[in-house]
Parts: sequence; C-alpha cells; structure tokens
Amino acid sequence: MSRGTPSRSIRSVFVVIVGCGRVGSTVARSMLREGHDVSCLDEDPEVHARLEVGLETSWEDAGGQFTVGTALETDALDAAGVEKADAFVASTNGDNTNIIIAQIAKRRYNVPTVVARILDPLRAEWYEKQGVKTICPTNFAIRMLEEELMGTAGDG
Amino acid sequence: MADRKYMIVIGAGKVGWNLARELIEKGNEVTLIENNRDSYLTVEQELEHGVQYGDASELWVLERAGISRADMVIAVTGDDEDNMLICQVAKEKYLVDRIIARVNNPRNRPHFELLGVRPYVSATDLILRVIEHEVPDYGLVHLLDLPEERLEIIEMLLTDDSRVHGQRVGDLNMPAGSLLISVLREGEGGFVPGPDTVLEAGDEVLAVLDPSVEEDLKAFFGPDGNGS
Repeated sequence: MSRGTPSRSIRSVFVVIVGCGRVGSTVARSMLREGHDVSCLDEDPEVHARLEVGLETSWEDAGGQFTVGTALETDALDAAGVEKADAFVASTNGDNTNIIIAQIAKRRYNVPTVVARILDPLRAEWYEKQGVKTICPTNFAIRMLEEELMGTAGDG
Repeated sequence: MADRKYMIVIGAGKVGWNLARELIEKGNEVTLIENNRDSYLTVEQELEHGVQYGDASELWVLERAGISRADMVIAVTGDDEDNMLICQVAKEKYLVDRIIARVNNPRNRPHFELLGVRPYVSATDLILRVIEHEVPDYGLVHLLDLPEERLEIIEMLLTDDSRVHGQRVGDLNMPAGSLLISVLREGEGGFVPGPDTVLEAGDEVLAVLDPSVEEDLKAFFGPDGNGS
C-alpha cells in the first residue's frame, strides 16, 4: 500500500534515496524502471546528470524527482517528500550521516522501510542490533576476497 | 579538586584542545582524540600521550581510548553527525554516564533531541542568548533551562503597554505552572516581590515555570491589546 504520490501499479512504492553516488543513482534508476516512484536528494547538483545516464529522457520525464540539499536539513527532507515515503535509503558517502538520517527517517518521519549503507562493519553490526536495517558492502568484499584466497590456498 | 574523573574529548580543534587543557589543569585524566594528522601532531607536542590519533566514530578507536571506563565523553568536532553518533554510541553501547555534544548548526538541534543526545551546547545559541540578555527587546530571555526536570527560569522586561503594569503582585493571576520569583528594578536592584509590590514598566521580572506554559507567560507579561 503506497502512502506516496499517484502510483502506476498497485504494488508501486514511493522511495526516497539520499546520496546518489554510483550505488544510490543505480538503485534509483532500477526502482524507477520497475515502476516505482523515486525521489532523490543529494547536495551536489551534478548528480542529476548521473541519474540520467542510460536514460532516453530527462530524469523528471522518466518520472523521477530530484532535490538539491543536505541530508540533515529538515527542509530538504521535506522537499524530497520523506513524510510520504514507503521506503528510505541512506546512501551518502558518510557512514555517520547515513546512520543519523536513517534514524531521523524512522523516528521522526515514521518511514516503514529504512535502509542505511554503512561501510564500517563494526558500526553496521551495532546499529543493525539497534534496529537500523544496514547494508555493509565492506563485509561482502571481505567475504568474497576471503573465499577467493581460501580457494587458492586449498588448490595449492 | 573533588574527585579525578576520566574524560574523553573528541575533536582537537580550538574548543577541544582548550577544553582538554582546562580539564587536565583541574586534575582530571583526559584523552583527546583527533583524526586529522596535522592537528594531532600539533596538539601532541603539548599534550603528548594525552592525545590519540584516530577517527572516534570507529568503535575500536573509542575502545582503545578506554571508553568503557570513561566517566564522561565530550564530542566537540566540527561535524554534527559525528558528534551525534559518537555520543549515541558512548551512551547506548558503552553505557557512559555523562555525555556532552557540541551543536555546530543550531538547526540540527531537533536531531540531537530526537536521538536523545543531551545535553548539547551550541555556541551560536549561547551568543544569541547573550545578545537577547543585552538587548531585552527580544522579549523573553531564558536564564536557565532544565529540560529533563521540565523547569526553566526566564526573564522578561515589562514595557509601558504591559498588561501587568501597575498591578499588585498579590492580584496577579499567573498562568498555572509558573511563579514570579524576582523583580529587577532600576535603582533598587533585584528583590523578591511581596503581595503588595506593584509592577512597573521597566521592571525585569524573573519567573520559574514549566516550559509548556512559556507562551502563556509571555502573553501574560506582554503588551495589552492587539485590538482585543
């Protein structure tokens, strides 16, 4: 059930993505392509161009929304439509920023699904225990490298 | 010096460095943590082993500094997210009794509140408060805030058009949850008013109150009218 802007399909959700680097912008495009409503927030206006990579129309014509602003600014979060969001992704390049804004989205705006990208495995582990849904890319990299290396050792 | 405390100060900028120096002079054990190599090396010349190099939002850096035995963690970096996170972790993960956070951007105050990072100190707010105190036309001035206890002490200047101008204190019908505790009057200094004290324009009144009745109190001492 969407709390968001008019939905194109019954299962469409409204997702707000804060921090649109490689990860954020790619997720934003995929979500849009799947028919969801996507609103992006980034402090760098240039990010808009990154969102349009591979699109045949502008980001807005494709149905996306883009706000320039700092993640901690309530005004920027409001403009991005966080209060109506079904899902919130914190994917700026700062672990601490992601942890703080994820908690703001959850506690202040009551967004049902909140995910934070946290590069530091220790912080990710502790905040996961505190109820913040975290994705730690570093852990994936560690595991894959370990598997690769252990494999080599086994073969030798 | 009462008892020696172990205090961890995060951020060796001007605030953190001076704070660490003062706390050490007062006889406390202090560890200062700084993640900028150059700043660290500068401060290290004075504080030597009292300063550690590292990013205090990394848990192992906090652990290396002995956070679990810290009596107090004071986060005064120039980054509000870092200060919030460090204090939240200190309080909730390492169960540090007392934390103090610096607010760089006063607009972030609600976030500190939301995450339970209290008390916090904002230099901008402190300076604004001094300005308000020096220029009382701003209306109501906060002298003391005890949010946990739900109490505050305020000061207000009575203007010529104040609705209580010329009234006996005994006749005042103060908003519930507030109490007039003192009057500062030109030439007479400060005194505790009795029921027969008559309030005058130019008086500065001090009241203790529940923060929730602040607006009522402001209206109560404020100008009569607005056409009503």
